[in-house]
Amino acid sequence: MSGLENPKSASARIWRSTAFGLLSFGLSSCSLAVLNPVGPVGAGDAAILINATVIMLAIVVPTILLAFWMAWRYRASNPRAEYLPYWSYSGRIEAVVWSIPILTIMFIGGLIWIGSHRLDPFRPLSSSKPPVEVQVVSLDWKWLFIYPKNGIATVNQVVIPTGTPVHFSITSASVFNAFFVPRLGSMIYAMPGMISQLHLQSDESARLRGISAQFSGDGFSDMQFEVKSVPDAEFETWMKSAQATDLPLDRDVYGKLLQQSERVQPATYRLADPELFNAIVQQTIPPGPGPEAESRQHAGRETSTGGKD
Amino acid sequence: MLGKLGLSAIPLSQPIPLITSIAVILIAAAVLILVTVRRWWPYLWREWITSVDHKRIGIMYCLLGVVMLIRGFADAIMMRTQQAVAIDAPGYLPPEHYNQIFTAHGTIMILFGAMPLVLGFMNFLVPLQLGVRDVAFPTFNSVGFWLTASGALLVNVSLFIGEFARTGWLPYPPLSETSYTPGVGVDYYLWAVQISGIGTLITGINIVTTILKMRCRGMSYLRMPVFCWTALASCLLIVAAFPILTATLAMLTLDRYVGWHYFTNTAGGNPMMFVNLIWAWGHPEVYILVLPAFGIFSEVFSTFSGKPLFGYRSMVAATMFICIVSMLVWLHHFFTMGAGAAVNTFFGISSSIIAVGTGVKIYNWIFTMYGGRVRFEVPMLWSMGFIFTFIIGGLTGVLLAIPPADFLTHNSMFLVAHFHNVIIGGVVFGVFAGMEFWFPKAFGFRLHAGWGKAAFWLAFLGFWVTFTPLYVLGLDGMTRRLQHIDVPEWAPWLYVSAAGVGILVLGVIAQVIQLVVSIREREKLRDITGDPWDGRSLEWATPSPPPFFNFAVMPNVEGEEAYWGIKLRAVESQQLSPEPDYEPIEMPVNSPVGIYTAFFATVFGFAMIWYIWWLAIVALVAAFIGFVVFAWRDVHEFEVSADEVARVDRGRRSAREAMLARMSEQGVLP
Repeated sequence: MSGLENPKSASARIWRSTAFGLLSFGLSSCSLAVLNPVGPVGAGDAAILINATVIMLAIVVPTILLAFWMAWRYRASNPRAEYLPYWSYSGRIEAVVWSIPILTIMFIGGLIWIGSHRLDPFRPLSSSKPPVEVQVVSLDWKWLFIYPKNGIATVNQVVIPTGTPVHFSITSASVFNAFFVPRLGSMIYAMPGMISQLHLQSDESARLRGISAQFSGDGFSDMQFEVKSVPDAEFETWMKSAQATDLPLDRDVYGKLLQQSERVQPATYRLADPELFNAIVQQTIPPGPGPEAESRQHAGRETSTGGKD
Repeated sequence: MLGKLGLSAIPLSQPIPLITSIAVILIAAAVLILVTVRRWWPYLWREWITSVDHKRIGIMYCLLGVVMLIRGFADAIMMRTQQAVAIDAPGYLPPEHYNQIFTAHGTIMILFGAMPLVLGFMNFLVPLQLGVRDVAFPTFNSVGFWLTASGALLVNVSLFIGEFARTGWLPYPPLSETSYTPGVGVDYYLWAVQISGIGTLITGINIVTTILKMRCRGMSYLRMPVFCWTALASCLLIVAAFPILTATLAMLTLDRYVGWHYFTNTAGGNPMMFVNLIWAWGHPEVYILVLPAFGIFSEVFSTFSGKPLFGYRSMVAATMFICIVSMLVWLHHFFTMGAGAAVNTFFGISSSIIAVGTGVKIYNWIFTMYGGRVRFEVPMLWSMGFIFTFIIGGLTGVLLAIPPADFLTHNSMFLVAHFHNVIIGGVVFGVFAGMEFWFPKAFGFRLHAGWGKAAFWLAFLGFWVTFTPLYVLGLDGMTRRLQHIDVPEWAPWLYVSAAGVGILVLGVIAQVIQLVVSIREREKLRDITGDPWDGRSLEWATPSPPPFFNFAVMPNVEGEEAYWGIKLRAVESQQLSPEPDYEPIEMPVNSPVGIYTAFFATVFGFAMIWYIWWLAIVALVAAFIGFVVFAWRDVHEFEVSADEVARVDRGRRSAREAMLARMSEQGVLP
């Protein structure tokens, strides 16, 4: 991750990107993550975002122009504008000013209705390939990914085959988080004791940035993961090597993961306990313990070594 | 003896809070010494602290709001600079401090900045506009204000004793439960918000009762100025929504203090229920803030166009429509919890329907200018800035109300930009427009127009430079509340945003200069007539500042725009109405019960935060005794003699006669 590079090259990159960023002010919208999706869900979300913006701009821009024209035309210093000191009602104008927003919102309402149903995160994607099953657990402050059918688990990175739907079942073993890969689309909450369903698909082989989009405490800023979308063959190879790893994920190892920690390096485990995810959701394994007990004695002032200091 | 409180609660090892604390304490001490040396205490005690005059209380509310606005702005400066310097670097604020800052920023800006300002305007204006002498419960009003001040005090005490919450301005469990946040920060939040929430509820009840029961003769509902309608809608929402807040925070308090399980992770607690409940208050809350601002804009557009408001009844209907629908939209704050398509559809559509009411209002303001003589005084500049800013904020708001679009932008910097777009563009611009507009009414002289225009342009420009980059960052997948950033490509946008804050700082400075210059030149800016803007509603019928009894004789209203009608008649007949027979007036006596109750409420809150149980009991009993003693009072009104009333009113009449003569000479009126 970029945080691991030496600071000199980072600052050089910042300056370079400042220059480019300002130059490409007008063009940059094309490269913005959520407007530049790599899968069908993100494409659907982004299309709705853009369509709705265009529909509303068609109303909003003339309205703003009308407001400024009206103020300018009827400025007190303009002798040519007639003064109608008692004019305060017109049934026809009233009808129009109620109709414009009502019609716009009816249109947007249709968009909401269709979009909400078509892009419901719980809805499976249509595909000739069966989806890859991935269980996701948000921990303080890292992400655990379990591939139940393949018997492996990873931390802070998830590898998926390009062009195949992925079915994420998401829960939390501590506080709320939101599972979000901006370029794949649709985020959803990770909530303790509950499972959220999310169906995503990547159509390009790429490395993507995944984040938590719901504040979850001191280690929140680093609660990121990498999504590697790779071709089928590469995915098979990766899976075989992952299954061959001798690091087991059992309740002891999981118990260590439950403790608060930050900027955990990506790791791959062999899933030693196939019932782990259910045990987490049903809380037969208690959720993460939060900050360590000794820090509670600071007379109400919590201290942590969190962050980068 | 002192519960959890110990010396380690003082942040001796952390330079930023320590230096800030010392500076704040020094400034406070300097003010107290100045007041003591100049012997201002008796005056302050008699005329302000124990005052039950709605105008004085309104002004104190606004003062509190302005001070807290500056405190919240200081937090904002730290947040924007931290994000600008913490790109692939730790920055200067560690997470445990940064997280307190964004939590305090949100809490203070909404509950202790915007809320007191809005309540202050309602307090000051509603009785004047309705043609009555005070609110329904004057002493209760004082209690409400001082309880709000008490909450604000507790939030600021957390700066130097202990810490503030680190959970975000709405403390979502399970993060806010003791297992994940054991410190006193969330407890500070809970007690500060509870105490000020009771104060707000009191004011809400007061204003609703005043509007429903205390209008002057002839002031039927459909003759009330639109500001009174928006105040009514806003206070109905307060009465409906604040009990939800109180109950929700009480449940979280029980979780934290006695180990119950309303919202805990385990033992059957349901954290999502907190999120539902808190937004069932939280969404109406934003309309509580913005509706009175809409009322202010309505008054400004009409006055500075020299015309009645276009589509008055439409405006009233749109206000009440927003009031009702705003209770039905809370779920749009968490479409991403996975409630399912049907639920998301319902709340998506109900949220965007609010835009119908707002859209109608915007068109009505535009058509108010049609056929008018628009004067671009400072309040009008803020209002035009509002139209532009708020329309864009409304657009991005409807985008966030579309569930699939929200799935991309929820909790992102796009959201941050959106709600600042509507809250700054709507509420803050509205409050500043209102301050310029009614300042002469409250203090007897206008604010300096040149500095006012400078402040507007700096704020308007600064706003857009600060928040436009945040829209872009949000669309690039930047979530909010990041203490450091490891995507160097975001740097230029964050720098631009930080530069925008710099422009906003200049705007604040311009406003301070405006106030200083105006006070210095107050004789030149003096408003002798009581009607400096050619106003249309009853508050302009009084002198500036109005006498404590507002009206010597209760007005009799014969149409919409009560004062405009009186003014027209006077001009047509070339004389004022004949001098009435003055009668003695009964006015409520001052009472220290407000500050007394609030003092002990503060002590109670502080004791609860630090687990000092004996002190909590003592403070609670003392606060209760205050109520009992007040309830058994013998004298609650005093009489203003007819002579005194006549003396004050004759002064007003002679100023009016001079104004009338000048107006008929110049032929100002149609």
